[in-house]
Amino acid sequence: MGEFFTEYQMILIGLAGVFGLLMAFGIGANDVANAMGTSVGAKALTVKQAIIIAMIFEFAGAFLAGGEVTSTIRKGIIDASSMVDTPELLVFGMMASLLAAGIWLIIASYFGWPVSTTHSIVGAIVGFAAVGIGMEVVQWGKVGSIVASWVVSPLLSGTMAFALFTSVQKLILNTDDPLKNARKYVPFYMFLAGFMIALVTLMKGLKHVGIDLSFGQSLLIAIGFGIVVLLVGKVFISRQKVEANDDKDFHYASVERVFAVLMIVTACGMAFAHGSNDVANAIGPLAAVVSVVESGGTIGAKSELPIWILLLGGGGIVIGLALFGAPVMKTIGKRITELTPSRGFAAELAAATTVVVASGTGIPVSTTHTLVGAVLGVGMARGIAALNLGVLKNIAVSWVVTLPAGAILSMMFFFMLKGIFL
Amino acid sequence: MNPILDLFAESPMKPMQTHMQKVEECVDILPAFLDAVFAQDWDEMMVMQKRTRALENEADELKKALRLNLPKGLFMPVSRIDLLNLLSSQDKIANKAKDIAGLITGRRMEFPESTQADLKAYLTRSIDAAKQAGKAIRQLDELLESGFKGKEVTIAEEMITELDKIENDVDVLQIKMRRQLFEIEDTLPAVDVIFFYKVIEWVGDLADLSQQVGSRLELLLAR
Repeated sequence: MGEFFTEYQMILIGLAGVFGLLMAFGIGANDVANAMGTSVGAKALTVKQAIIIAMIFEFAGAFLAGGEVTSTIRKGIIDASSMVDTPELLVFGMMASLLAAGIWLIIASYFGWPVSTTHSIVGAIVGFAAVGIGMEVVQWGKVGSIVASWVVSPLLSGTMAFALFTSVQKLILNTDDPLKNARKYVPFYMFLAGFMIALVTLMKGLKHVGIDLSFGQSLLIAIGFGIVVLLVGKVFISRQKVEANDDKDFHYASVERVFAVLMIVTACGMAFAHGSNDVANAIGPLAAVVSVVESGGTIGAKSELPIWILLLGGGGIVIGLALFGAPVMKTIGKRITELTPSRGFAAELAAATTVVVASGTGIPVSTTHTLVGAVLGVGMARGIAALNLGVLKNIAVSWVVTLPAGAILSMMFFFMLKGIFL
Repeated sequence: MNPILDLFAESPMKPMQTHMQKVEECVDILPAFLDAVFAQDWDEMMVMQKRTRALENEADELKKALRLNLPKGLFMPVSRIDLLNLLSSQDKIANKAKDIAGLITGRRMEFPESTQADLKAYLTRSIDAAKQAGKAIRQLDELLESGFKGKEVTIAEEMITELDKIENDVDVLQIKMRRQLFEIEDTLPAVDVIFFYKVIEWVGDLADLSQQVGSRLELLLAR
């Protein structure tokens, strides 16, 4: 087997690399727009600003905090130790999964189904493993907890968004002087956003860039980072001038402008969270292929995730976003005009927190579905004029369809690749 | 197509306000219309009556568009039924205004000079009620922003209380108006008297319907 890998090393890694890059493109072009569109819709950011923020923070999230989920996709779903004698099957399977998920996403976007990249890739990996190799190689316990997280994450973010928005009502909107209270309390929410993202990143992510911190150190640095965000936010808020005419038609116009500053912070958090979670969908399988092929067919060698793979994933997302993200974001921004910054921030902060925590624990969740849950949470607090509950049905249907579709496609490609190479 | 995009439906609050604004515009024509009636300027009367009809039509169109935009399965901070009820009470005000102008124009009604000033004052107060209802509806923006809680609800409730007060005034004026007519009704042609009573009733209805908008709004808030 060793010869096989030396002979085809370039082709295998090259192919997997191309598939992974295409997948990252797709994520950048489509998913990022979902994650950032709410900020554009709330008029906290222009499309251009949103893209610049997304490029920086998606990349940072992918690079700094993308490792855990990548490792789950790479070796958490399949029990690789049972495939020591047939490493080539793992390689073909992972390549097939990338191809399957990518093609399924293209089909789904063509027909307009709301599918999730995460669900596609997990379905694909489980599919080739269970049918192509054997039921026993799938770590069903882990898969079960991943699937459970898909229900839990929207519920969690919804609850959090409800709580956040209720606190905003109590502390700011329903008080006698909402503007004064907004200026007073909004920086605190900024602290929360900065602190949470920094903490998860520090605790889980930074080993591969050579930083290894204890929990206490992480906590301190995260608090420090939160305070920096708070102070910068305060400066921006204090620079805002209140114009007498602003509130003539709508009493809350200047209050919303304070929240718009906050929403810039949460948009950064959202992009970071998205990068940390979704990069794995593109590079997890690639990482698995590379580790097997480069070690000449040894499975389970304790290899670290090569940094170039994270760079490739992060870079792919950024390029996809830069090339194709703008029109999608423009459409979303134009249509979501009902979301004001005081709502948008609550939804984004709740979704980003949920996703980043999931990323930290290595669980691949769907950023989009988590955000949908968060928006509904704000709606529950009577915050949004009208939401379409039909979306929930669509999401449920796409769930039921995506897992088997990804699985069947990846099985097909798996047997195809096997036929070509062996 | 896209779950985030599909999630957000169009807000019904702005269209509610636009509709109410049309209703107010429609009602607002009545005082000038009445002046034309008193001056027996039939051409001017016709023009104004046509304008109320046009505005009432526009309000109807807005009402239909809004209803079509409120399918079941929408998740809103207020009950859909309450909102639709509120919309239909708003619409009834414009209908009544159109009816008043239509009746007076159709019969080329003349009002005895001794009643004119009081009739005008009575109408103006009734229109105040419609305007007060409009003011409360304009508060929907702020109510939505505050999540239908707290200070904004209190403000809206105060507006509704004020509206009730205006409606009370109108009731008093209506009684006065009727008594006045009763005293001179023998001197007028019987058919004219019947329709004069009708006009008095309908002008009062303007205020009643406006008050109904207020109560529907109150129902909307109480959840």
